[in-house]
Formats: sequence, structure tokens, C-alpha cells
Amino acid sequence: MLDITYTTPKPKVIQGAQSEWELVIGMEVHAQVATQAKLFSGASTQFGAEPNANVAFVDAGMPGMLPVINEECVAQAVRTGLGLKAEINLHSAFDRKNYFYPDLPQGYQISQLYHPIVGEGEVLVEMGADTSGQPMARTVRIERIHLEQDAGKSIHDMDPHMSFVDLNRTGVALMEIVSRPDIRGPEEAAAYVVKLRQILRYLGTCDGNMQNGNLRADVNVSVCRPGQYEKYQETQDFSHLGTRCEIKNMNSMRFIQMAIDYEARRQIAILEDGGSIDQETRLYDPDKNETRSMRSKEEAHDYRYFPCPDLLPLEIEQGWVDDIAENLPELPDALKGRLMALGLTDYDASVLTAEKENADYFLAVADGRDAKLAANWVINELFGRLKTDDHAITDSPISAQQLGGIIDLIKADTISGKIAKELFEIVYTEGGTPAEIVEARGMKQVTDTGAIEAALDEIIAANPAQVEKAKENPKLAGWFVGQVMKATGGKANPKAVNQLVAQKLKG
Amino acid sequence: MSDLNTLTIADARDALRKGETTSVALTEACLAAIEGAGALGAFVHNTPELALDRAAQADARIQTGEAPAMCGIPLGIKDLFCTEGVPSQAASRILEGFKPEYESTVSQKLRDAGSVMLGKLNMDEFAMGSSNETSFYGNAVNPWRRQNDSADLAPGGSSGGSASAVAADLCLAATGTDTGGSIRQPAAFTGIVGLKPTYGRCSRWGIVAFASSLDQAGPMTKTVRDAAIMMQAMAGHDPKDSTSADIPVPDFEAALSGDIRGKVIGIPKEYRMEGMPAEIETLWAEGTAMLRDAGAEIRDITLPHTKYALPAYYVIAPAEASSNLARYDGVRFGHRAALAAGDGITEMYEKTRAEGFGDEVQRRVMIGTYVLSAGFYDAYYNRARRVRALIKQDFDTVFEAGVDAILTPATPSAAFELGREVSDPVEMYLNDVFTVTVNLAGLPGIAVPTGLNGEGLPLGLQLIGKPWGEADLLNTAYALESAAGFVAKPTAWW
Repeated sequence: MLDITYTTPKPKVIQGAQSEWELVIGMEVHAQVATQAKLFSGASTQFGAEPNANVAFVDAGMPGMLPVINEECVAQAVRTGLGLKAEINLHSAFDRKNYFYPDLPQGYQISQLYHPIVGEGEVLVEMGADTSGQPMARTVRIERIHLEQDAGKSIHDMDPHMSFVDLNRTGVALMEIVSRPDIRGPEEAAAYVVKLRQILRYLGTCDGNMQNGNLRADVNVSVCRPGQYEKYQETQDFSHLGTRCEIKNMNSMRFIQMAIDYEARRQIAILEDGGSIDQETRLYDPDKNETRSMRSKEEAHDYRYFPCPDLLPLEIEQGWVDDIAENLPELPDALKGRLMALGLTDYDASVLTAEKENADYFLAVADGRDAKLAANWVINELFGRLKTDDHAITDSPISAQQLGGIIDLIKADTISGKIAKELFEIVYTEGGTPAEIVEARGMKQVTDTGAIEAALDEIIAANPAQVEKAKENPKLAGWFVGQVMKATGGKANPKAVNQLVAQKLKG
Repeated sequence: MSDLNTLTIADARDALRKGETTSVALTEACLAAIEGAGALGAFVHNTPELALDRAAQADARIQTGEAPAMCGIPLGIKDLFCTEGVPSQAASRILEGFKPEYESTVSQKLRDAGSVMLGKLNMDEFAMGSSNETSFYGNAVNPWRRQNDSADLAPGGSSGGSASAVAADLCLAATGTDTGGSIRQPAAFTGIVGLKPTYGRCSRWGIVAFASSLDQAGPMTKTVRDAAIMMQAMAGHDPKDSTSADIPVPDFEAALSGDIRGKVIGIPKEYRMEGMPAEIETLWAEGTAMLRDAGAEIRDITLPHTKYALPAYYVIAPAEASSNLARYDGVRFGHRAALAAGDGITEMYEKTRAEGFGDEVQRRVMIGTYVLSAGFYDAYYNRARRVRALIKQDFDTVFEAGVDAILTPATPSAAFELGREVSDPVEMYLNDVFTVTVNLAGLPGIAVPTGLNGEGLPLGLQLIGKPWGEADLLNTAYALESAAGFVAKPTAWW
């Protein structure tokens, strides 16, 4: 693995009417834990089931029903903590967060306020390169990760007079991943979520599907004058920072950025007008591109947290954590380093590791082959083609083995690069084994100098004027190469053609 | 055999095994007794057909010669237990019409052992009360009356229906639950035995929760031996309840040797309350003497934090209750208030809960909500938890010093008149003064009838045991019961 040195990106600065402002952002990301069953019941977590099909008695808050912890959810949280280089708390506990809502059947959410399962960790968020080409990254500190139950879904738009409740999601395990206010701009915020999602998907602890709401973020935004953030960093004293507002439930990278930008400008306008920011919860309306107050601090719920008496404190053993750590999959930062060590550029390595499926595909192609060549083919040919057809890598019509076969033929000089592209198209659209196709369709490159020479001689004989010109200006030799390729249907070995053309024109 | 309903579990078991009677006959005798005891208000849902059906099954099982001790025994089940297909309302309007699709673990275990459920028993609403007067069904009545007095007395609570039914021989035994004394106080008020086991000994799964960290199910029986037999069937680890303990259950009945020679019995000075009636004082002294005469060593002990137990209990229990009762919102089951045009979800909650919960439940939900609210949490809830830890430590200290069991009065008085204390909640809460410490510390406690007061009402003493020491505790209780020779029965007036 390569040690990459990053420079720290500059915070986003917004020019107000009177002065410059910086952004300070912290995030609470809710990631649905990838497990078969819910956090405290055996009901399925399958998405898209009939409403209220995946509901155990305890999920519905039936009298006398009790929660029992799902060990796999705990393992997933530990795995996530390890993936974020975080402290794993061998002792944690569950608390009840009390509030009334029809999609919260128990009247409380079981969460971990006082003793979360995971403590401090960090995420390296790459932010492209600076003007000198040096890669930039921000280290965002993780404050904690805790396990909690998701709520159900209230549906208000199916009937003019009634609301409906779907409890399928009720009790599904979530990890709430809480960052420190280390994020300094809308782009960084999105990049942070992208990176977090990437890590979770590599770990297999969350599928990262934002559309289904399996990954969503609450974004805390405040603004401050330049220099204030550094004071906060020195002292960890929040009074140096501005009052924050929390934008709830964001599940799109684009909207996260737009909401932060809007919210920061809203706060700046108030402050420059001599006003002050009220700490409150806000909602982002993408149609109007604005945030609106949901509830103020005064209206904030009093959740009356207290330790859940139905559950004993969660005690896990170091040995169990060690087992999980030993079997942790390779994470994107490590994989990226490994790819760069194979000679890939920072950019290519980032592209290939962005999605775990892409990385898996690439690694299969590159296995035992030239990594750079494999990267070229995967990124330039395959990704482009898949994008045109709107295919995911997982439904790629061409398998890693097939693509590898094409690369092998190139490497063996059996086909030229040009023919390889044709071959790619054939395999992509029709399937088949590359070597067999090449054989069957006579696509093998002609390396027989006799045949090439004959073709070249014919061309030279037919074009005496061109020969004279080329003798004076060697750059025109390319025309002869082209003619030979044309005459051989592109199958002539370009190297051999070049050599022969140079030879003949000299003579 | 006549008066089959007056049998103890042990006698009925023996008679069943010898073929001297049948479960159907026992069940019919109980059903007839229930039929004639409407004035007691003990049973609130009768299930005679179900009972006779299960009795017939039990008889078939007994025939095979492989039946467990509880097989064929007719029981009453407190309304707090969810019973499959049978109304389970926790004596509350808010659970009107609720018939669970599941059976609580404890009632299932009793079912599996072949016992016969006769019906559901009255109780204080959500087990909140000490007189059974908070029941939505109306109160149960104590079968005991003062001599030459026809005033109705409270059967105690919250397991008042269970106590009344067992004392009046409407069933051979009953289940109870005990959060602050709800088994032991009504047992003492009605002259029966009530055992609250160690927290975690019985599964709470399927029992409507009042205060989860304190609730425990237990048997209410005519004798200590019956308590041992019934406890055996109720106890055991349940993977569906994370707080149930995965430890072996000893043979409780086998522990009843009656030999307590050399056992150390602690007498806590803090339980000698100011203004305690002389008859309670006397009862306690007599009980102490009985145990000494049986060969136990009597030792004065101190449990210094006792006086803080009641206030701590009345913070912790309502706090948990306020959260546990949030699910009764009219959305999915039970009562939902009729709504007016324009009413939204908030009105639905408010009206449903205002109509569905009685005054005492509302009072405790409000207390609980208050003590958990921001700004008061540390002053009340956290402080109460610290007190709880100190109370537990008090008991640990005396047990470590060699005490085997602790003897105290079970209640500060004999049964009181219905309607007397319902107007003063704090007066009512004082009924729990000798019993709440046991719940706060998670210990087993048993109430044993040992005498009658001057007015002919039963009085009970409480024995408190070590954690998981039910077998030993039952044996001490057995010795006390034997020495006291309490055989009085209420005269039927109902």
C-alpha cells in the first residue's frame, strides 16, 4: 500500500454583503444495517414487501412483547466501527427515546444515547487535487456510532381523511454515524457521504441505497467568520462557532449540497442584518430550493431518554471483536493504495475503487494481467459502453473473464488494438469466447511479413508520386501504413507494417 | 369427594394420580364456585368451555401416568397475562376487546404442564394499586370480613382478584404479578401464600408491562407447598425475555424439609415503623419466636436505606410505566375514542388516553413523564436509581454477613375497607412500604399467613431470601407456616 500525502483543502468561503464567512458542518448519517432480520425481532428487513407484511408482535408494540437483540446487527456495527478505525466499546447499553407518532408503535425508539457501541473514529475524505496537482483530503472525525430502531412509514396522501401506517420498516436496525463538525463546505459534505457510503458498502454493513432511504443524513450547518474555526480546533470550545441548524433526512448528494449552500446563505443574511440564528430543525424543499423551519428549540421534543429496562447492558468480548477485525474485507483506501502500487494513477485508482462492484470487476480482469492495460479497458471501453446502455456493472453483458480474454489476445499480439475494439463490441453484443471468435472470424492479426510486404509493394507500385513525397518527408509514411491496414482489413500487425514501410521508403 | 375446589394443589395432585378424582370434576367444582361468587368480583372473564376441554385433556394425560404435578389443576390467571384468544385487558378500558394472538410464556408453561385456566382475574388497572379499586371492571372484594361487620374489605392489590379467588376457593391457585408488593400484600390481606421470585426467574414475555425492571410473576396459593409446586412450572429461562436468567431451576418442593436449624434469620430494625399497629408488632414477634423455636438463629440487622425505598420506587415505577404505556394510543388495538370533525392525531391520542386510562394510571403516567423530563431527570430518576443501588447493597451486606433470610411484616395493617384510601394516593402507596425494597433489590419474597387480628382478619409475615434462593426461602416459609398452623378460612357470605 502506498503512503499518499494529502494537502488539506481550503474551507468554502461565502462572500456576504459585508464580509467573508466560512461554513462548519457536522453530520449524522443513518445507515440501515444490512441484515436479514430487524434489530430486536425476527421479522424480515426485505425492501418492497406488501405493507405490514414484515411485522413481528414486538414491532407492532403489542402488549407484553419484548425486544431481543439480533447479534448480527451488533456484529455489523462493530465491523463498521473497525472500518472507520474507531474505538469499539465492549460495554454499551440501550436507552428509550420517547415520543408519540403512529409509525412508532411502542411510543419509544430503542437507541443508545448514553453508551454507544462505537466511539471515536475517522474518515479520510478525498477532495481531488489542488492547483499544483497535489491530492487533497480532509480527515473527518467520527464522534460515535450507535445502534437504534428505525420508525415505520406514515402515508398521508392515499386518502383525503385518513393516514395509513406501514410498519415494515419499524424496528429495522440503523447505525447512526455522528461526525464532528469537521466538514467545511457543501462539496466536502457530499464527498464525506460518498466516502462513508463507499466504506459501508465495502464492509457489507449497509447497502448504501439512498433512494430507498437506506442511507440518509441529518446535516448540521453553521457559519462563522474566518479564524473562528481554528480557535474551536485549538480549544474544542463550540462557543467559537455559530449557532447551528439541523437539516433533516437528506437522501441525495445533490440536495445535500444545495441545502447546505442555501442554509449557509440564509444564516449569513440574518447575521449581517444584525439578527441571530435560532437553533432549530429544518427541512429542505428541493422543489423550491429552500430550507424551512420544522420545529424550534422551544418546540423540540423532550424525549425523556432513560435506560431501556427490557434489555440488559450489551457486553461483548474483545476476542469476538478481534475475530471480526481479522475477517474484515479490504477497505477502499487500502485497495486504492494497492492499485496505485500496481502503477495506476491516483485518478484511475479512485475511479475503480469508487464502487465496490467496479473494484471487484477490475480485480478479476487484472488478475494475472497488466494492471494498467486492464484499467484502460475497464475505465475507457467498458464503463463508457455500460453508461451508454445504462447498465450497472453487475449486469455487464461482458464478464471480467471475457474482457480478460480480449486483453490476453492483445498482449499475445494475436489481435491489434483496433481489432480488439471490434472484438469487444462483438463479445459485448453477441457474447462468446474472445479467442474462439477471433479464430472463427479470421480476426487474427497478420504478422506474416511476406503478406504485408506483398500488399505494401502493390501500394508503392501504384502510387509513385506519394513515394517520392514520403521520401522527402518521412512523416508521410503514415499514409502507407494506413493503406496497408486498409488492404489487410486492419489485421496486419501495426508494428510489422511500420517497420516495413520505413524500410521500403528508405530504399 | 366433596368440595373439590377447596383442595390444595398438592392434595389434588395426589388424588388425581390415585384416580380418586378427575380434572374435569375439579374444574366443574371450581366453575360452580365461581358461578356462586359473583359478589367477589374476582373473575372478570370466564372460560368454562376452554377449561373443561383442557381438563379432559389433562385427565387423558394423567391416565398415561406421565403427567407433571400441575396437570389437571384448575387455576385463575391474572388479567395482566396475555392469554391466546381470551380477553387480556390488564383491567383497563384502553385494552377493551383485546384478545391476543399469543400466550404469555408463564401461562404457556402452566398450560404445557397440563393446568387448566378457569378464566381471567381482576386486578388494579395495569397493576397500579393496592386495593383492586383502580380496576376498570370494578373492584374485587376480600372474602374475609371483620367479625360482626358486613363492610366490604379490599382484597389488596394489584393481584386482588387472584387473592380473592384463591382465598374463597374459586380455584386451587392463581397467578399474580408483583411490581412493588402486588402478590405479597393481597396474599397477606386474604390469608394465602404469595411468592414473588427473584427478578429474572420467570419470563415477563407476554405479561402486560407495568415497570419492566421490577415486574415478576409468581404463584398465589393456599399453602407454601403449593407455591413450590406451582413455581416449578412457572420458572425458567426464556430466550424471548432478555432479562430472564439462564440458570438452573432447582426442585422447589423437594427443598421443603421444614428443617431450618442453624439458619440465620435477620430482623431489620428499619422495618419497625413509627405508628405501626400493635397487632402487627405482635405478629412479627410471634413469627420471630416460631423461627427461633424451629432452631433458627435470630439476628438483629440493619438495612439503612430502607426509608428511601418507597420514594425511589414511586419514581422508578412510574417512569418506566409512562414509557411502557405509551403504546396504548388507539392506533392498533384496544379502545379508540370517537373523534370530532377536524380532530387530528393529537386529539386522537388525548381523547383515547383520557377515556381509556383511569385516574391512578393517568397520575402515574404524569409522574413518570415528569421525572424523566429534561431538567428533572437527574434530580429524580437518576437519584432514584442510585438509591436503588444502595438498597441492593444493604441486602448484599447482610447476606454476605451470613443471614439466610429476613423476616418482616408483609403489610402495615390488615385489609382495609374498600373506598377508604382511594381518595389519598399517598396513603395507598404506604401499603407497599415493606414490600418495595424486595422489588428494588430484585430479591425473592414470600408472604405467609401466620395469624388473625383481633377482628378476625388474616395477617401475614414476609420472608425475604437471597437472589435465586427460592428453594431455601420456601423451606423457611414452610417452617414458619407449619409453626403458625394457620388454617382459618373466611366464612362464605357471597
